[in-house]
Amino acid sequence: MRRRRGVSQILLGLFAGLVFVFLLLPLAVVFPISLSSAAYLQFPPPGFSWQWYQRYLDDPSWIDATIRSVKVASLCTVLAMGLGVPLTFFLVRSRLPGVRVLDRLAAAPIIVPTIIISIALYGVFARLQLIGEWYGVAVAHTVLALPFVVILVSAGLRGFDEAQEQAAAGLGAGWPAIIWRVTLPQLRPSLVSAAFLSFISSFDELVLAMFLSGASMTLPKKMFDNIMMEIDPTIAAVSVLQILLVGVALGLTSLFGRGALTTTMTR
Amino acid sequence: MSSPGDSRRTIARRRETALFLLAVPALLLLGIIFAWPVLRLLAMSVEDGTLANFEKATLDELYLYVLFDSVKIAAMVMAICLVVAYPVAFWLSRAGRWGVALGMFALLLPFWTSVLVRTYAWLVLLGRNGVVNRWLRDAGLIEAPLPLLHNTSGVLIGMVHVLLPYMVFPIYASLLRIDPDLSRAAEGLGAPAWRSFLRVTFPLSLPGVSAGCALVFVLSLGFFITPALLGGGRVIMVSMLIEQQVREFLDWPFAAALSTVLLVATLAIYALIGRITRGARHA
Repeated sequence: MRRRRGVSQILLGLFAGLVFVFLLLPLAVVFPISLSSAAYLQFPPPGFSWQWYQRYLDDPSWIDATIRSVKVASLCTVLAMGLGVPLTFFLVRSRLPGVRVLDRLAAAPIIVPTIIISIALYGVFARLQLIGEWYGVAVAHTVLALPFVVILVSAGLRGFDEAQEQAAAGLGAGWPAIIWRVTLPQLRPSLVSAAFLSFISSFDELVLAMFLSGASMTLPKKMFDNIMMEIDPTIAAVSVLQILLVGVALGLTSLFGRGALTTTMTR
Repeated sequence: MSSPGDSRRTIARRRETALFLLAVPALLLLGIIFAWPVLRLLAMSVEDGTLANFEKATLDELYLYVLFDSVKIAAMVMAICLVVAYPVAFWLSRAGRWGVALGMFALLLPFWTSVLVRTYAWLVLLGRNGVVNRWLRDAGLIEAPLPLLHNTSGVLIGMVHVLLPYMVFPIYASLLRIDPDLSRAAEGLGAPAWRSFLRVTFPLSLPGVSAGCALVFVLSLGFFITPALLGGGRVIMVSMLIEQQVREFLDWPFAAALSTVLLVATLAIYALIGRITRGARHA
């Protein structure tokens, strides 16, 4: 009995290990390709070279796309946090009867297929001549980022003891000061995680960007075109840089977010 | 004359007003940039005053086929994700600190890496002369390369890779919420481990299973990039059809009808899966 249990434990561990390999394999494979000396896609690479990183850095269209994506993701983060955090206070604390419906509305952009949101906005943006404007893409991305902000911050806010605010109010503090000095500092792990997720979700987003960015491409759109047209290892170099960005950002969030990310994802 | 009850009510009302004002900017954004454009799009499908576009979307054999195919692929992705994710979630729920850290790393890093990066990597891995086929041939397991790309299996591999974490996290969460004393009690009373799992642990984890299945199904049904790149034109999902109608044929009313069908199917299945698993739990 005891021994059989041990065997099943080991099998389970092996299975989980294989799944983790499956998950990480596609990320691992782009590293050697990005350092390849071959002129086209070849695996394993015949030799070592930095040429694809060089090509990325020397090509203004890649750099433009990168800068545009950073701008879009930054504005999206600011908007998603600036609008999403106050919204979360309302959704968590209000006792209005309609609050459940609005809660659903805020979560809806996750459930409604992105392609539907994309063509719906494509029609509106085309009429407003917003196609190709980077801030238009950022505003559209904000809609997709809001649910993440609401989920993460409301988890933090539910765990916060409101008595602390009443204590501060009893001591004569005004509400803006209370929120700013008492509540928000304690929500910092959720806030950091939410900001990070907003940034990455916008930085990686392709479907909305495909319809709304027009000729001024974001980085994912540029990568998509590259995959469709040529597939040279430049895209492997870009992929490595993106994986490293996500890795660093994840590391920073787990450092400053104190596990808010994982605890919320597993709630 | 204001009684204490009155002033408490005034404070409560003021509090509600303040809270609502906080929400106004976000609600405006959601209304203007999300709800209104989507509803306007859906309304386009009946702009000509008839249901002709819906007839075309649901009765024409070609479109019906794509619709069924999308549902079939979404169901397959959901089933594969469930079978793969459950043991992983179970292992995670019993793992030590380092095991959990490793698992979270392996789940979160791909989760937040661009879908494009991963799709590109699968193109490299799964092609005719790709890494996987080379390994299998070198190992003497196959003679001719396996067709892993530009077909349904390529799409399934790519989609499962993207959606697996959406299944693992809710199941893991529901497993963590189960009191470990319950299965210990079942085993203490003489139930074999498999039986205590089937009768105690698994039923209690069903809320997580339900949440994961609903999420994965709904997300796969609307998938666009992965099937477009890994399907090689041989796998057509509704989302690709919608894009084509807008981009190539400029047929907005028909695209709107297809969108409506996709949205209704999405919401219906989301509600249905929730109901089935809730029912199973009460049975």
